[in-house]
Amino acid sequence: MCGIAGLIHKGSSADVGSEMTAMLQALKHRGPDSTGYALYGVPQDDRHIMRYKVAEGAEVEKGFDIHKKMAARIELVTEKLKERGATILSDDEATEYARRVVFTYDGDMEELANYIEDIESVEILSIGSALELIKDLGDAKRVSGQYHLNGFQGTHGMGHTRMATESDVDIRSAHPYWAYPYSDVAVVHNGQLTNYWTARRRLEHKGHRFKSNCDSELIAVYIADKLEQGIELEAAMRQSVSDLDGVFTYIVATSNSLGIAKDSMAAKPLVLYESDDFVVMASEEVAIRSIFPHEIDTFDPYEGEVRVWHS
Amino acid sequence: MAQLKHRDSHDLGMHTEQLAGRTQQTFFDPAAEENFLYPGAFEVDFNKVAEIDAAELSITDVNLRIRELMKQGHGTINVKNPGAKHSLGVGILNRLNLNFEGSLGYFGCGLIDGPNVRISGRVGWSCAENMMAGTVVIEKNAGSTFGAAMRGGDLVCKGDAGSRVGIDQKGGTIIVGGRVGMNSGFMMQRGRMVILGDSGPNLGDSMYDGTIYIAGKYESLGVDAVVGEMTDTDVKWLTHKLAMYGLEAPNGIENITKIISGKQLWNYDNLEPMEKKLVL
Repeated sequence: MCGIAGLIHKGSSADVGSEMTAMLQALKHRGPDSTGYALYGVPQDDRHIMRYKVAEGAEVEKGFDIHKKMAARIELVTEKLKERGATILSDDEATEYARRVVFTYDGDMEELANYIEDIESVEILSIGSALELIKDLGDAKRVSGQYHLNGFQGTHGMGHTRMATESDVDIRSAHPYWAYPYSDVAVVHNGQLTNYWTARRRLEHKGHRFKSNCDSELIAVYIADKLEQGIELEAAMRQSVSDLDGVFTYIVATSNSLGIAKDSMAAKPLVLYESDDFVVMASEEVAIRSIFPHEIDTFDPYEGEVRVWHS
Repeated sequence: MAQLKHRDSHDLGMHTEQLAGRTQQTFFDPAAEENFLYPGAFEVDFNKVAEIDAAELSITDVNLRIRELMKQGHGTINVKNPGAKHSLGVGILNRLNLNFEGSLGYFGCGLIDGPNVRISGRVGWSCAENMMAGTVVIEKNAGSTFGAAMRGGDLVCKGDAGSRVGIDQKGGTIIVGGRVGMNSGFMMQRGRMVILGDSGPNLGDSMYDGTIYIAGKYESLGVDAVVGEMTDTDVKWLTHKLAMYGLEAPNGIENITKIISGKQLWNYDNLEPMEKKLVL
């Protein structure tokens, strides 16, 4: 089933970490296996934020000599960043197996990302000037507490509560998906894409790489591919409604915008609330009510509808 | 296999629309239907008013509290802070004035037979699914599959509704004050739907029977949905029904378009009983 939620403040920033946690916790019944956030702070052009992990949950619990291995992997990431000419501004432990690195770097980001991911079991969750992608097993309260997300100041964010149906209960299969290696583009999705493999192969032939077998990742890469071609986000999303086959509602975000798209059958739910300075959306209104307990006017977008807002 | 007989469904007596009331019971006297009470239904006094604050209650607790209050004879129940919780006010087979001061989530007021429900906010997907009798009036918008498989009663949304409104509708009346999404009236079998705004594509797709009235524009009609002729009876009925809920057709009732089934599709009504068994 899965639950998705997103919000964007127009022209201001707020504690989007706490807002998203409240919304995702309210959607826990739609997917208790894992919870993920894509939070967007105020973008700074001269720095990059990288979120990465060095092990999966099960490996941390049972892996042979795992603690020593994780420490070695972290050391290698640092070495490789420096080797490629990145200047590390900060390097913080989010959990024993996940880290947040802020760095400056003028080179080719794809090359850097590939170089780092060559390290065994290292997976970059996101790189961006504003985006920070956090995902882990369990509900929103657990993940938010584990990664100290309450108090995260930003302009927009989105999240996902996952009920594992077609792939494993692990961090790799959790949403959101970053559009590797494009800065700041991420996607959360509720639905199933039926032309996943043909569309994936088409994108792979163009040089894109996929890190999972989850159909939601396809949307992120598809959108990033269009953006790379110079197509505007909204136009790319409109094209996706006919190019992607299946039932879906997805939310996509870039460093300064957030958009939604629904399939042409309107088969997956989304409820929206929009005011002059704030837009919020979720699979169920109960999530919106978790941050707006008073009476507000909400509505459902229609079939094939695409909307984009800017921070 | 027996040869199919392409008879008009009127010949089989299956064309009669049941505009309101319980489709689960057969009544020969209108008064008997009006006064029908389910075995075990509670005697309630509409002047006896109670209030529930749903803010801190679970869905089950709210529904059990409604039942408990009916058992105590309360005929009017006001529910504060429903908070868009799912499945509130479901399965009520009793006379009752039930007011929700706020919004409901999915499956609100499903499977009801008798109560008059007013919702001041919005409702999520599948509101009043399988509703059998009574009235449900929503002041704001509604999600998709509004009134799915509804069998009787009046279901009114004063705002916009999502896609697949009245899918598999089997009776009763659905009124939407604004726009509806695609595939509304899909496989409609009986009853009436009134749309005062516009409709998305495939309006009335594969409808077996029943009538859709639309005041606005429709993006396209579905398979076997055709424009019918508005009669004086239609106008009278629409005038009466819309006035009941304080609604008006934006361009006048005489400019409403009537959509009915073209009856060109394979229709279960045209099958002999033995063939029905095979198909169903």
